[in-house]
Formats: sequence, structure tokens, C-alpha cells
Amino acid sequence: MWSILLNSNTQWVLLSTAILGIAAGTIGSLAYWKRQSLMSDALAHAALPGVIIAFLLFKVKHLFVLITGAAISAVIGAFFIQGIRSSTRIKEDTAMGMILSIFYGFGIMLLTIANRTSGNQSGLNNFILGQSASMVQSDVWTMSILAILVVSIVVIGFKEWKIYLFDRQFASGLGLPLKGMDVVYTILLVTTIVVGIQAVGVILIAALLIIPAVSARYWTHSFQTMVIISALFGGASGTIGTLISAIGNGWPTGPFIVVLAASFFIISLIFGKEKGILVQYWQMKHHKKQEILQSIPTSVLKKEVQ
Amino acid sequence: MTYTAWIILTASLVGLSCGLIGVFLILRKMAMMADAISHTVLLGIVVAFIITQELTGVHMLIGAIIAGLLTALFVQWLNSLDVQQEAAIGIVFTTLFAIGVILIEAFVGNAHLDVQHALMGEITFIPWNRITLPIVGSIPKATAILTLVFFVVLLFIIAFYKEWKITTFDPGLAASVGIPVLFMHYLFMSLVSITTVASFDAVGAIMVVAMLITPAASAYLWTDRLYMMLVISGLFGVASAVIGYFIAAWIDTSISGSMAFATGLIFLASYLLSPKHGLLAKYLKPEKIETFE
Amino acid sequence: MNEVVLEVKNLTAAYQKNTVLRDVNFQVEAGSLTGIVGPNGAGKSTLIKTMLALHPVLSGEVHFFGSTYKKMKKRIGYVPQRGSVDWDFPTIALDVVMMGLYGQIGWLRRPTKTHQRMAFEALDKMGMADYANRQISQLSGGQQQRVFLARALVQNADIYFMDEPLAGVDAATERAIMKILDELKAAGKTVMVVHHDLQTVADYFDHVLFLNRTVIKHGKTNDVYTEDNIATTYGGSIRLIGGRIGNVVHPVKQ
Repeated sequence: MWSILLNSNTQWVLLSTAILGIAAGTIGSLAYWKRQSLMSDALAHAALPGVIIAFLLFKVKHLFVLITGAAISAVIGAFFIQGIRSSTRIKEDTAMGMILSIFYGFGIMLLTIANRTSGNQSGLNNFILGQSASMVQSDVWTMSILAILVVSIVVIGFKEWKIYLFDRQFASGLGLPLKGMDVVYTILLVTTIVVGIQAVGVILIAALLIIPAVSARYWTHSFQTMVIISALFGGASGTIGTLISAIGNGWPTGPFIVVLAASFFIISLIFGKEKGILVQYWQMKHHKKQEILQSIPTSVLKKEVQ
Repeated sequence: MTYTAWIILTASLVGLSCGLIGVFLILRKMAMMADAISHTVLLGIVVAFIITQELTGVHMLIGAIIAGLLTALFVQWLNSLDVQQEAAIGIVFTTLFAIGVILIEAFVGNAHLDVQHALMGEITFIPWNRITLPIVGSIPKATAILTLVFFVVLLFIIAFYKEWKITTFDPGLAASVGIPVLFMHYLFMSLVSITTVASFDAVGAIMVVAMLITPAASAYLWTDRLYMMLVISGLFGVASAVIGYFIAAWIDTSISGSMAFATGLIFLASYLLSPKHGLLAKYLKPEKIETFE
Repeated sequence: MNEVVLEVKNLTAAYQKNTVLRDVNFQVEAGSLTGIVGPNGAGKSTLIKTMLALHPVLSGEVHFFGSTYKKMKKRIGYVPQRGSVDWDFPTIALDVVMMGLYGQIGWLRRPTKTHQRMAFEALDKMGMADYANRQISQLSGGQQQRVFLARALVQNADIYFMDEPLAGVDAATERAIMKILDELKAAGKTVMVVHHDLQTVADYFDHVLFLNRTVIKHGKTNDVYTEDNIATTYGGSIRLIGGRIGNVVHPVKQ
């Protein structure tokens, strides 16, 4: 098994899933504070028709082509979701669920046709549950570059992103171009999603965008630290998950990456320094003790208020 | 009955049941919860299979219901630990689904139960797998189960109509007049679970989501009354199933994918044409605005 | 003295890590119309929610008519803040009012014509009879508030709790609501209202409860509505205009 590690192709794959995990953890933090965690799930499913159409149009399984198709499809999906939400009384979660399933259904229609007309399509099927191991070097380059791009854009404009997330109106007052940032954010999100689909698959990419970000919350109150920890969790999940799935032959990588991420989450949930269950339990006990000690007559309290 | 007729009947039952449940689903803002449950039932089915070594039958249904309830419970639990609702749903369903897939790879292999099947369903097999019942004779098992589920759903909706109404509209008030809000929530999740599971064989996981959400959303654009919304949603569900089947037959492609797509077509039509809330109507006669506030 | 309909003893409640209510004690007599006032974060909404078992109690007791909330539920009416509901729900005003009767109608039974009539009468009392068939998102804020009031009225409770019913409503609605509250009082019912506007307290309520995490003062308006109590509650300085308490300036952080 260890010989796998020495294989240079595997090393490339591991590196790229690490970078991907870092990107997912980073952008996932933004998505969490924007309260749009499941949007990544919706957009990932919406990307499927784009992948198939790109394949059918260009007849190549070149990753960059497929990614572009996926991105266009996902962006159209995002556009529809926004449109439905703003022009009808249908709520955002309903709109997401609709686009998710309708686009995906359409994608499956196309996939069935593609599978039938073009012979061996295990490549396309890999998009559903992910298959990092089947990546070739050019794929790795493509993914890594895109992922690094995503992380860079977040890092460069970090202060701006922070304000944009926490206080939109204040940001607007400062002159930040909100609409522009919305677009950039969506592009970053979509890019991460479509790049990640190769590794984790359409169904589970949302996990990589959500779980590391939520896990990070249990360790810190600082947004910056949270993003960093989230990125680390993401990277670790990607790498270790890929490694573990390499043990089986042809096992999809997605599920293992997700289970890793979930393990980090559970550990954070229980042991996390901020808001972890253990810590909260102790704090509550301490608080209750304080309450008993503090049953001072309320006349003293009134003096406080004055 | 002919082969095609059975398929259409089965799919229509899916459309009906999902359409009804879907109305409350979207009004309770639990659309993504349905998405979650449709994934986690995979785990329930796999575990049931590993334990009983049987692919169809009541065990799957039970396994799935348990999975559905567990999903609701876990999400509720994470919520109480201050995780955002959406994030909680995302964490729970992806993890449970991932575990389900791993279990399949490890213990079952691709032999009998495979992920594609569970995800996409295979309605073309339905008429072959039969069960013999008194009075009606030999009918497809899936159809029988779906009929049962439909009546159960209908019964619960009618019996507890006002309770669903009030717990959906104003849970605070419901609690204060003595209605057990949490119980109704889990009861509802159970109904969603059994509807999802029963529909699996026919349309698979992802498409159940389309059936649960879209006909109801389309109906929402046509009416302002709850009972009408239920009726229209059911009808749209049936229509999507039928239209979807014929599209699939015409292009020769996945039936379940086509049905999901068909729900989208009906939604598009509603979005554009509805006299109350459609685009065309808004264009032709802009709404009066209440001027006093 | 009148019967004590509500008794709160040593009530303490928390929200996440913070103690929002501490050691709250007061008694309410039948037929009183009480305004609950205090600065933001004073725990006014939490107080009502805690009493009505919508929020967990850390310690203390609440007694309604000498018994527990659970047993006396049918005699208690609640009008929550307007923002807590999805007004896009496909239902009409009459329906919303009828929901107030669901507890009485009971499981598995349908609302009858009688219930419909009761609901209609309640709407009528609030001046909303013409809007009975209107979908609720088509109503203005003030109209929605009146529907909420009608829903509470139809329950025919003996004690009512209302959370900022007059916030953001037009003058006509405000008058309509206060008229109803006076009628309730005249009928011997008890009403407790979280009120957002200190200035109108003296005009509307015969009792005042000053709350800032604990009860600062509670009693008849004439007795307790004083500069001192207001200052203590709001922790700031006040200016008198024309002998009436005109403007309260209180610091942002309490």
C-alpha cells in the first residue's frame, strides 16, 4: 500500500485534492456567513447538464471543457434561483430545491443519451460520486491553478470580504461595490464547485464546502482564524480521504473525503475550544454556580442599573 | 393492464402523493430537508439490506423511515447546538449518504443494490415484480405500496388538516392553543420519509425531490387557498409523471430524469401564465398597491 | 381587592449564555390593563414567552388563576409580534381568526358554521369584516395586526398577553386596538401588553410594569409612573416637556 505514496501520479493527485480542500474550506467559510450553505449543493447538481452538454458538443473529455460547461450551467441555475426568489413569493429554499432537482434530472436525461451514443462513459459517471484517482496530470494542473486562484482572491480582498459578509449596508456606505462582489463571490463559489466535482462528485461537493467551515467555528471567534482552520480541515479531508479510498480498487473518493470531514466536525463539536459540547457543559456548570452565589437582593441590582 | 399503463399509473401515484406532501413541505420551508431525506434513505435501505439480505419489502420501508426520522432528529440536534439550519442539513445528509455509499462498496458490491439504481430508480422493472393481493389479483409490488402510501398520506392530511395548517402558519400560536408542534413536525417527517421511499423504485432519489417540491411550487403560483393548492399540486404531480413518461419514450432516455424535467416545464408554464402571480399577468395588469400603512 | 390571576415568583431565564431575566416577582389582579415597558434587551418579550412555556425557565414559578399554565391554557390568549409569521401563507383573514379556535375544536373535528360565525364576529369587532376573504399578504400592517387581535379575541380568554401590538401601526388601528383593550377590561378580563412607546403608557394603561431584566417597579400607573422609576429602568436622563415626561434619552448599552 505504501508504494502508492511513492507513485508520482498519486503525489500529484494528493497535492491537488489538498489544494482543492483548502479552496473549498475557504470559500465555504464565506458561504456559511452568507447563510447560503446549501446553495453549493443546488449549484453542484445544476452543473451536471453543463458537463454532459459540453461533452456532447465537443466530443472530448478534456477537463477544462467540461468544467466550463459545468460552470455555465451552474451560473444559469444560480440566476434562475435568484429570479424565482425575487419575482415570486416562492422562498429561496424551495427555489434551490427545484433548480437542483430539475437541472439534475435534465442532466440525467442527457447522461443516458450520452452513455448510449458514445460507448464507455465511466468518465462521465465519475462526476456523480467523484474519482480523484482517475485524474491525469493535466487535470491536476487545471484544478490546482483554479483552486489557487480562488484562495488568492479571498486572501487579497480579505478585509473587504469580511465587511461584505457581516454588514452589507455598512460596506455599501464605505463604497464597496456590492453587486460586483456578489458576482465575484458567485464565480468563486461556482469555480470551486465545478473543480471539486471531479474529486468529490456532484452529490457530495456540498459537504466539503459546508463541513470544514462549520467545524472551524468551534475553535475560534475570529473570522480570519476560522477561514484558516476551515481551509486546513478541508485540505486534510481531501488528502486523507483520497488516500484511504486508494486502498480499495476503484472506490469513489467522494464518500471517504466526506466521512473524514465529518470526523473532524465531530471532534470539533465535542472538544472545540469555543462552543464545543464539553466546554459548554463546564461553562454551564460554572454559570449555575455563579447564579446561586449571586442571588443578591434585587435592590442591589437596581443600583447597578442606575 | 398493459405494461405502459402500469408504469403510468405508478408514476401518477408518485406524482399525487408527492404533490400533496409537497405543499406543506414548501410552506414549512423544508424543501431542502426533503432533499436531505431523499439522500439519507439510501443509508436506511442499505442497512436494512445488510441486515435482512432482502432487496424489496417492508424492511426497506422501515429502514428508510428510521433513516428519515434520524435525519430530522440530527438536524434538530445540531440546530440546538447553534449550527445554522441549512448547514445542519448539509452536514447530516452528506455524511449519512457518504456512509451509505461506503457500506455499499464494502459489503454489497455492485451486485444487487447499486447507487445508480437507488438514485435514479428504474420504473421499467416495476411491472415485472408482482405481488398477489386478494380482490385485485396480481399487481406490481411498487404500485401496491404506492397506493397504500397515497391513502395514508391523504388520510393524515384530511384528518389533521387544521393542525397542519396552524403548525405551518404560526407554530407559536399552535403551541399556545395546545397543539403538540414538535410531534406534528416528526409526524410530518415520517410522512415525507415513507413517500420518498415508496417513490424510490419508480423515480429514484433525486427525482423524488423534484416531485415533492416543484408541483407544489407551481400550484403556489395559481391560488391563494390552501385546499386548492393541494388539489392543483396533486394534479400537476400526475401531469408531470405522464408528460415525463412520454418525453422519455419519445427521446428514449431516463424516465425519472424526464419526469423531473417535466415538473420544470409545468413550473415554467405556471411562472409565465398564471393569472394571479404569473409574469404575463403582472405585465398586463400591474398589481394595485395598498397605499395606507 | 380583585382576584390574583397571575403570580410570578423568582422567575429566572437565560438566552444562550446570558441571564435575560433574574428574580422576577409580581402579581396581577383581574381586570387590570398593564403596560410592560423597558429598554431594548430588557427581557420583555422573553418574559411573556417564558410565562407561556415558549421559552425555558431556569428557576422560579408562574401561576395562572392559582394553577399551572398547562391546566389553564384555555383561559389564556397570546398575540405574538407580527413579524413572527409568514404572511405569504395561502389563507384568508377569516381563516387566520378561526385558527384561534383550533384548540377548542379539538383533534379530528372540522370547524363548523358556528365557529365561522364566531370568527367573523371577532373580525367585525376589529373593523375587519370587509376583509374576511382577503388573502393575508394583501393586508396592510395595521390590518394584519387587527386580524391577530381578532384571533386572540375569538379565543375568549380571561387573560391576554400581547407583544408590541401597537408597533408600526397607523393611528386608526391604534385607536381600534385600544378601544378593544378597554372593552376587555370592562368585561373583567386582564390584559398585559409589551408596549414600545413610553410616552403613551399613562394614556393607555392603568397599571405599569417597569422591566429591566428584573422588575424595577410594578403598580397602578398613577402611583408608579414617575420620573424616578423611569430613570431607574432606562438608566438615563430624561427631560420634562410641559410637565409631562417628554423625551427619554438612554445610553445604548445597558
